Amino acid sequence: MKIALIFISVIAVLASILCILFSKYGKTQTGKVECENTYVNFIKESLGEEVKLTIKEGRRSVASIKRREQIGHTLLTIVVYVILIILALIMILPFYWMIITSLKSNSEIISSTQTFFPRIVMWSNYVYVFQVFDFTTYMLNTIVVAIFSTIGTLITTILAAFAFARLQFKGRDTLFMVFLMTMMIPGEMMVISNYITVASFKWVGSDQNLFTAYLAMIVPFWVSVYYIYLLRQTFKQVPNELYLAAKVDGKSDWSFLWHVMVPLAAPTLISITILKFMGTWNSYVWPNLVTSKDEYRLISNGLRNSSFVDPESGRTEYGYQMAATVLVTVPLFLLFVFFRKYIMRGVGRAGIKG
Amino acid sequence: MTAEELHLKNNSCYVDPSLGNLHEGYNEEQDICVNVVSRKELKKEYIVGGVLDQEQKNNWRAWIYLAPVLILMSVFLIYPLINTIFISFMKNYNYAYGTFDGFTFDNFLVILGLKNVGDGGTRETRLIEYAIPNTFIIVFVTVPLSIVVALLISVLLNSIKWFQKALQIVFFLPYVTNAIAVGMVFSVIFDKQGLINYIFGIDKAWIYGADRWTAMIPLCIYIVWNSIPFKILILLSGLQGVDKQYYQAAKIDSTPRWKVLFRITIPCLMPQILYLMVTSFIGAFKEYTSIVGLFGSQGTTNGSYNMYTIVYYIYDNMNGTTTSYAAAAAVFLFVIILLFTFLQLGLSKKRY
Repeated sequence: MKIALIFISVIAVLASILCILFSKYGKTQTGKVECENTYVNFIKESLGEEVKLTIKEGRRSVASIKRREQIGHTLLTIVVYVILIILALIMILPFYWMIITSLKSNSEIISSTQTFFPRIVMWSNYVYVFQVFDFTTYMLNTIVVAIFSTIGTLITTILAAFAFARLQFKGRDTLFMVFLMTMMIPGEMMVISNYITVASFKWVGSDQNLFTAYLAMIVPFWVSVYYIYLLRQTFKQVPNELYLAAKVDGKSDWSFLWHVMVPLAAPTLISITILKFMGTWNSYVWPNLVTSKDEYRLISNGLRNSSFVDPESGRTEYGYQMAATVLVTVPLFLLFVFFRKYIMRGVGRAGIKG
Repeated sequence: MTAEELHLKNNSCYVDPSLGNLHEGYNEEQDICVNVVSRKELKKEYIVGGVLDQEQKNNWRAWIYLAPVLILMSVFLIYPLINTIFISFMKNYNYAYGTFDGFTFDNFLVILGLKNVGDGGTRETRLIEYAIPNTFIIVFVTVPLSIVVALLISVLLNSIKWFQKALQIVFFLPYVTNAIAVGMVFSVIFDKQGLINYIFGIDKAWIYGADRWTAMIPLCIYIVWNSIPFKILILLSGLQGVDKQYYQAAKIDSTPRWKVLFRITIPCLMPQILYLMVTSFIGAFKEYTSIVGLFGSQGTTNGSYNMYTIVYYIYDNMNGTTTSYAAAAAVFLFVIILLFTFLQLGLSKKRY
């Protein structure tokens, strides 16, 4: 029964997509002049004879055609909205499922009939997760790592972007091309040797402490070619007259950079900060590699490495697991709500270069 | 490089040939300062309206600005790149002491299953049997699928008036998530007692205990779901940049919609689609965290190595005595990615 319903709805969606594709783009239709008993008289002047044309193809009035087109247009719009809303629902279904599962009791989760709203709302799942899952430690580690790697990245990015955007030096364009080409190298090429490098710095190993663990997680990510590219494009938009004016006033490059360029590029810098922060929040592989103890790790590692197994039944308690997942996802969502514009701008800039 | 020329012009460092012969010093006729940079480039004279361009002389300062980036990049990017290539050819490499017994090509033969190491494990077959096929399936299923779906959604989004912004935000939401966290949500949805089995009224194991091909379905769905938002964002901004005149002309000719889509919209979006192809091919070749999120850090559904990808193989063999195999696999991945990127760029240049 359900399969049939889903099948029918999928067919309907496909059919409507086909309808949209094959319907005419314009509102008028060529090939038919739909008017009732219209006589067109005109004289072919060159021949000097009168030609009488009678067109009797259509039977509808102009008003009815217009009405029909209006209805067709409205139907089309409705179909487009229905498809988009169905797709949007599919997109947010995982989030919805995450939240309601985090509020369900375990017996409800594994029962044979799935419910779209919890029968009993179990806030106790969250209380349990706060006791078992060391959320505050992971959160603190993540924030410290995020702040310091963001500061480092911003400093290196601003300096390099300024050099590439404003200063003239030999081999500038070649060097920039080389920088852009390094974006193509998969990070996995570097991970092996970087691990050996940080190990030789004594940041990794049995005598690791919290400080060296932080260093190992922060320092290798102080350079990002993509952000240099992004900021260079922004810096290039700063009018040259400002630079010349600053020069006339006897300002050095250094003070011009920090007093004029950086304030002007603030939106891009905010974008970089937030994207970098999100990157740290989501980073999993490297922190997992270079940390020796659980209490040095970041939030993603904590989430994946914690087992939410019920000691009595030996099964994974999805309610607890999903509650922890919600706790990890919510800060990102808050960030998105407040800085949506900057995130979308920073991400979207990549495509415009063409 | 027209952009560079434009930049030079904006900087007013470029002399328009129409200005005629200019000599060093102040030119009263044109009211400009002329600064000949070098004898070699005598024909290229640099003028700055009233201000002498100091940068030409002080170019060592630029290197100070670049110093932090260059130092960090050479330590954490250039050196590792070269070092990894070396390690991939080393015999019996020990990463703790940095010792090795000469160079050999065996590591590549081992990872490609052409030479038996005889350590009793399945190390030499994991890559060729699981990792490479899995990676290629992921790449060739998810990249085209996600681009087509993203294209459909963005074309539809572009055609509506009300709630366009709101829907756009909804479609961007999956971008702002933790890959591990949502992977875990997907594994709950695809659980044996999960939502998907309930809706379809079946009792199939998608994740735990599933065979390799069944487990590919939730994995690919998850990867597509995760990669669509970025593509929609790029395509939508591309669509909004398409000249409206094309559509008006199509409207006058009353062109069918499918023809408008294939003859106007897609050709106009080709730069964006190409960019997405290149980046998502690279991304799909490096798939790792989605598998960790979905199947756990072991990368398996039934105790073997059946959900391995190339990157998984690299991370799994990094520590211990097998670092060289990991390095060889990394070089292998690098070469594949380079080949694919140049192939795509070459093909696109031929056509456009």
